[in-house]
Amino acid sequence: MIPVIMGVTIMIFTIMYLIPGDPAKMMLGPDSTPEQVAAKRQELGLNDSYFVRLGNYVGGIVLHFDFGNSWVYHTPVTTELLHRFPRTLTIALICILLQIFIGTPLGIIAAVNHNGLGDRISQFIAIFGVSLPNFWVAIMLVLFFSLELRWLPPYGIGGIKYYILPCIALAFPGIATQARQTRSSMLEVIRSDYITTARAKGMSENRVILRHALPNALLPVVTIIGNGVGVLLAGAVVIESIFSIPGVGSYLVGGINTRDYAVVQSSVIFLAIAFALVMLIVDLVYALIDPRIKARFVGKKKRKNYA
Amino acid sequence: MERSSKRKKQSEYLVVARRLSKNPVAVISFVVTVFLILIAIFAPLIAPFPYDKQDLMHTRAAPSAQHLFGTDELGRDVFSRVIWGSRYSLSIGILAVLFGTVVGMFLGAFAGYFGGVTDDIIMRFIDIIQSIPGILLAITISVVLGPGFFNTILALSIGGIAMGVRLTRAAILNIRNQEYLEAATSINASTSRIITRHVLPNSFSPILVSSTMSIGNVIMAAAMLSFIGLGIQPPTPEWGSMIAGGRSLIRSAPWMVTFPGIFIMLTVLALNLFGDGLRDALDPKLKK
Amino acid sequence: MSNNNAAFLSVKDLIVEYSSEGQIVHAVNGLSFDLDRGRTIGLVGETGAGKTSTAKAIMRILPDPPAKITRGEIYLEGQDLLKNEEKDMRKIRGRKVSMIFQDPMTALNPIMKIGEQISEVIKMHNDISWREANKQAVTMLEKVGIPGDRFNEYPHQFSGGMKQRVVIAIALACNPELLIADEPTTALDVTIQAQVLDMINKLKKDFNTSMIMISHNLGVVGEVCDDIAIIYAGEIVEYGSKEAIFDHPTHPYTIGLFGAVPRLDEDVDRLNPIPGLPPDPTNLPSGCYFNPRCQHGQERCAVDTKGLVEIQPGHFSRCTRFANLES
Repeated sequence: MIPVIMGVTIMIFTIMYLIPGDPAKMMLGPDSTPEQVAAKRQELGLNDSYFVRLGNYVGGIVLHFDFGNSWVYHTPVTTELLHRFPRTLTIALICILLQIFIGTPLGIIAAVNHNGLGDRISQFIAIFGVSLPNFWVAIMLVLFFSLELRWLPPYGIGGIKYYILPCIALAFPGIATQARQTRSSMLEVIRSDYITTARAKGMSENRVILRHALPNALLPVVTIIGNGVGVLLAGAVVIESIFSIPGVGSYLVGGINTRDYAVVQSSVIFLAIAFALVMLIVDLVYALIDPRIKARFVGKKKRKNYA
Repeated sequence: MERSSKRKKQSEYLVVARRLSKNPVAVISFVVTVFLILIAIFAPLIAPFPYDKQDLMHTRAAPSAQHLFGTDELGRDVFSRVIWGSRYSLSIGILAVLFGTVVGMFLGAFAGYFGGVTDDIIMRFIDIIQSIPGILLAITISVVLGPGFFNTILALSIGGIAMGVRLTRAAILNIRNQEYLEAATSINASTSRIITRHVLPNSFSPILVSSTMSIGNVIMAAAMLSFIGLGIQPPTPEWGSMIAGGRSLIRSAPWMVTFPGIFIMLTVLALNLFGDGLRDALDPKLKK
Repeated sequence: MSNNNAAFLSVKDLIVEYSSEGQIVHAVNGLSFDLDRGRTIGLVGETGAGKTSTAKAIMRILPDPPAKITRGEIYLEGQDLLKNEEKDMRKIRGRKVSMIFQDPMTALNPIMKIGEQISEVIKMHNDISWREANKQAVTMLEKVGIPGDRFNEYPHQFSGGMKQRVVIAIALACNPELLIADEPTTALDVTIQAQVLDMINKLKKDFNTSMIMISHNLGVVGEVCDDIAIIYAGEIVEYGSKEAIFDHPTHPYTIGLFGAVPRLDEDVDRLNPIPGLPPDPTNLPSGCYFNPRCQHGQERCAVDTKGLVEIQPGHFSRCTRFANLES
């Protein structure tokens, strides 16, 4: 994982390094004097070579967990990120839970009623769900529930009701994806030979599904959930803007609008690191619950050779 | 030998086409997709007004006979803007996926065929790219390149590159292990012949399905980019930026936001449904 | 075919059809046979002949859709299984009738301990505690030659032959009265085959289990079976005791099968397969199904068949050529 994070950091840094134009000049505006620009460049360390700047940046992150300072406000980016991240994380977690607990059962029901009417309907709804742009859904939800019905607040943070609309908008495509993936995983598993073996033992269909099909089907879905977090983090960028939620996403968008590239760079890398951590956790969980993989780590000494 | 393999390919296409035609959802979505493409192509003829024609006497007007989707804050006809917008969304979607897939296929072919260090470097690169959630990467590149039509296409094609590389490389590795490639090599077939004759056609169908479904995602991503100020900006009528523009007027002129969004949804839905039907037609075993 | 009501298992006129992409696949076309207690019958035929469909029909675990049993009766101890409710079938599966499947590599749940997969079937049919079921499972493991302390291991830790033994243990755990073995040794290499067959034989003798052995391997069938039914295109074309079939085959297909087996004591240049391919099950020929491939085919073969005719007592054949010779 570490090399990947390093690679990601280097890649994003390099991409942002290539931004044409002079950031100092852009920040100071078109009326700035050459001396002001030169001073700014010195201040921001823009005159150093690529490798020096890369080294400083990466070193700052790795050694001190310091992402540098905002180019516009001169405040440390790190504090802002850490302050905002819990909100982004909360929304992401709520959405993941929604995905798991609504999407998975939907997928199972669809698979068990394969090709029946319920299956076709839920499939259609699932594809429908991933075809809706989440920012548009968010706005329409605000229009309907906040402005027309006045049931829920249109923006801000606070109690639970502030989270309802953002999470619905953000989680909707994720629920649909989860349902689709669960369904296809279940369908594949149900056709396996060991399911026939289970039926031949005289098991009720319910028990076959619950004890044999489901555990096998859900294994690959765990990885999908991990990927889903990545999609959520990215979607949070837009949703936070719409709902004025002070999270990492809206920080990023703010940075884009003010051309504060330090903020943009660091926010993207921060989110990418968060995603990498999530994937690591997912991989570990997967290794723990799949006995085929767990066996590789546990008890090498216990293995004896049978014919 | 060549003629019979060509005939075989043709009859394979026919079989797939027949299967597709039996699937009502696929047929409908195909028709809708074609319809949308036609709208995009003939936009100048269909749109009653130029997309940037302002009418400051009739700003924020509700939908009427003259302005089917109402007007926006500068009096521009929303219907015309939505129609014109389809050009941008569809072309960005198709071009970004096309570009990404073709580049990806080449890279994947190199990686798979030459193996060794080339393979390692390319795959390491792809791994890093795929560790960044797609939209974030597109945002980063967009920030660097700035808004604009071709910049957006470039930014959004990266995802397609990764997918193309993986699928092509997997197909090559798969076939490398199969014996008939050894047989072809044993009759002195040249390298490029092997790749074009055997490898690429085999990787074709998963790439086709994957690409079709990516177009929808790219269109949504483009809208998202435009929404946050990158992508394509006004006055050019891109659906995402139209939604952004209409946001503050959501109470007084909700049609500014509603109609572009509906069109995004329709386009992506049609493409996704068709992609699904295509996948079922290419590999019906999966459906059963 | 005896109309003996004392037969333990009696399959009558079984017809199984699959619907696939708008066409009907005729998998089993009017199959009938009897099996007495304690005896073993071999169902011999090529892949796709309908043997597995018959087996799954008896256990009623055919995938429905696309499969359908459109006609027939299957009497087990006088009771028609096809008329049973699902909940009654569940009591029978795994306990009275059980099945050994063809491919051991995929027949076991990969994420469940193998011991539990055995104790599961025991607990299902007996009103005992899990602890007791586990103990019995360990006993079963040892009976099939697997050390009991491997109870907690997973399928991927076993070789193919040992996996098959676990499958056998599951099948025999509740002392079934009828065991259906669907090509139990096909996926195993020859040395393991012998071991597995021996084990099946021994267990069969210990418990007086009746058995249906499905195979396309005449050698295996010869080892284990008392009676043999040769199946072609979903029908029985010849039926009789092992001796009758091996010593006096009468149907051209049977003769062809025996002829196709290479002999160790002869020096031949080429293998001797039966020319042609089995018929398309969606489009069966009229008259005798084997006629298109038959060397002795005559005009009337394409028109009608007389069904199974008893050539010798207990030896039945579908070939009219020999039926006419006798009369």
